[in-house]
Amino acid sequence: MSAATEDASSLQSAASDKTVIELRQVNKWFGDFHVLKDIDLEVMTGERIVICGPSGSGKSTLIRCINRLEEHQAGDIIVNDTPLDSNLKNIDAVRREVGMVFQQFNLFPHLTVLENCALAPIWVRKMPKAEAEERAMEYLTRVKIPEQALKYPGQLSGGQQQRVAIARSLCMNPQIMLFDEPTSALDPEMISEVLDVMVELAETGMTMLCVTHEMGFAKRVADRVIFMDFGEIVEQNTPQEFFNNPKSERTKLFLSQILAH
Amino acid sequence: MTDTPATPAAGGLDDFTRKPDMPPPIATTGVIGWLRSNLFSTPFNTLLTIVSVYLIFLLFQGVYHWAFETAVWSANTRRECLDQTAYGACWAGVGYWFGSFVYGRYPSDSVWRVNLSWIIFALWMLPLWFPKVSFKPFIGLSAVLIYPFLAGYLYLGGERNWFMQIMVAVAILGFIICWLHVACCVFLNRSFGNLVVSLTGFAKQPERLHKFAILATALVGFAIVYASISGWQVALIGPNKWGGLFLTLVISGIGIASALPIGIIAALGRRSKMPVIRVVTTAYIELFRSVPLITVLFMATTMFPLFLPEGIVLNKLASAIVAVCLFSGAYMAETVRGGLQAIDKGQYEASAALGLGFWQTTALIIMPQALKLMIPNIVGSFIGLFKDTTLVAIIGLYDLLGMVKAVSHDPKWIGLHTEPLVAASLIYFIGCFAMSRYSQHLEKTLGQGDRR
Repeated sequence: MSAATEDASSLQSAASDKTVIELRQVNKWFGDFHVLKDIDLEVMTGERIVICGPSGSGKSTLIRCINRLEEHQAGDIIVNDTPLDSNLKNIDAVRREVGMVFQQFNLFPHLTVLENCALAPIWVRKMPKAEAEERAMEYLTRVKIPEQALKYPGQLSGGQQQRVAIARSLCMNPQIMLFDEPTSALDPEMISEVLDVMVELAETGMTMLCVTHEMGFAKRVADRVIFMDFGEIVEQNTPQEFFNNPKSERTKLFLSQILAH
Repeated sequence: MTDTPATPAAGGLDDFTRKPDMPPPIATTGVIGWLRSNLFSTPFNTLLTIVSVYLIFLLFQGVYHWAFETAVWSANTRRECLDQTAYGACWAGVGYWFGSFVYGRYPSDSVWRVNLSWIIFALWMLPLWFPKVSFKPFIGLSAVLIYPFLAGYLYLGGERNWFMQIMVAVAILGFIICWLHVACCVFLNRSFGNLVVSLTGFAKQPERLHKFAILATALVGFAIVYASISGWQVALIGPNKWGGLFLTLVISGIGIASALPIGIIAALGRRSKMPVIRVVTTAYIELFRSVPLITVLFMATTMFPLFLPEGIVLNKLASAIVAVCLFSGAYMAETVRGGLQAIDKGQYEASAALGLGFWQTTALIIMPQALKLMIPNIVGSFIGLFKDTTLVAIIGLYDLLGMVKAVSHDPKWIGLHTEPLVAASLIYFIGCFAMSRYSQHLEKTLGQGDRR
């Protein structure tokens, strides 16, 4: 796993002192199951956060609450000074500024790669088609697959599809990017090509929240690592401290399990 | 790539060279290969093949004998047929009545109007098969949305009110523009709109003004067409004179064209989070699905008029069409809902995360994928609907089956049942088989993009 795992040269922090996401006492239940318990989190503009934890710990649910793919039942979530409540206009406003990359890519299989990327700028941002396609090509070049623009997603490898998904989100010019286990569905030899793109994105100063098990990526890119278990934030710290000097027993156990092999 | 000679020098893994492919043995390919592997692979299979061929011969010998060998092809009454042959088919009767099977009791001097409407429809749809033509969805949509007004007027005739006056002109204009556009695409490699823009000198203007040039041209065209058809009129022929295959096509055509939009709306309604919409659409779907079509047709002709305000009289044909549309829409709704459920939740989430709203997600992301999945089922319902329209014969409309039955009551041809029924089956078979083949073609062309 090339550049992404060389933790020697971690990135300079780009975090400013302006809060862009704020979660206060957020609670969520699936039926009787209490997935998120009193979550407090503040994310600064340009900050890069990696969220890890065992499966079922609520980390995916947490970031899906930030663009309201999941609805929280108690507490406040404020993104970009817009509170996420039942007001549909606010939800739309937040979604326009927050990009998301999924574990299963979720590209639109009936559209070409270029159409996938240009769709939202055309229909949501009301951008002229030519301009949207130009921008799509620009981002496809940034994720290093401009030559695949006219193919359909089904004709690409998993790594290429995930890079298209990243380009598709970037075409909306989001201020925040959410990654929900972006490399978990990939074959091992394709993980690094996706992580490389994510590292490059981090270098541009994008605010990123990333649920991942790629600890090399966390060491290299993250300003802060958050460990979740049973719907709670157990521990959060700089990657340096988090990996070398974990405080809670649960974190130690988790780290020993995922770093063991 | 495989014809580079092997280099034995290097040794180890480097000296691997792919061997060229060998051709397969002759007896495994082509017709002979197929026959050998499927029909004559073992002595027992050979025996089965011979026995089967003999059985097929026995079976079809009788059919051949009846339908061709001893058949009568020209006669003036059933009596004459029977005089010539005791067993053979009397195709003379089918030939004699064929015009009635197709047009029912439509006056024969006005049959050209029906033929003209069919020709216009065929010409309207034809460009969809031309590879070079752009804006195909609009051509298809215009054929479904504005053609019916022209066809309806051709069938019915009589005086036009202001609405029909406008719609007939729009339909004629649409047809003309459609073919001008096709000609532009084929010969000039540009769209008709593009040509209009450059001919009117708007090409130098900014792009947002171009649509005004096109709009102005369309308005001028409309004025010309409107003025030139304002004196034109054809004789009134009431729906009680319509019949035969023509009537079948009118009912099933309208049923098919409206089933999909009704179905999509009802399916979306049934999946809606809003309780009132969900309850209303669910009630509609379940009500119409749990009642036989015949009952719906009877209700439409006997009970429906009771609900209408006084003064509005719906003729039998109109009520039958409304009934067929509602009935097929309810079935289509469940087909569409099935297709919607097959779409991965991730597609909705990705679309929402990009900021697309409900209608955009539905129209741009979900429906195109769902409809593609549903093609076999949709065409299946269309085929079913096409055949089910024969039930209108029961409420006294003389569709294809109604005309076939009417023939056997004619004094000269009394008792002639079998041959007209065979002919009607053939007509239905041709229609249904064509639809089935077209659906397979659609599946192939639409499925090209997303091989997963």
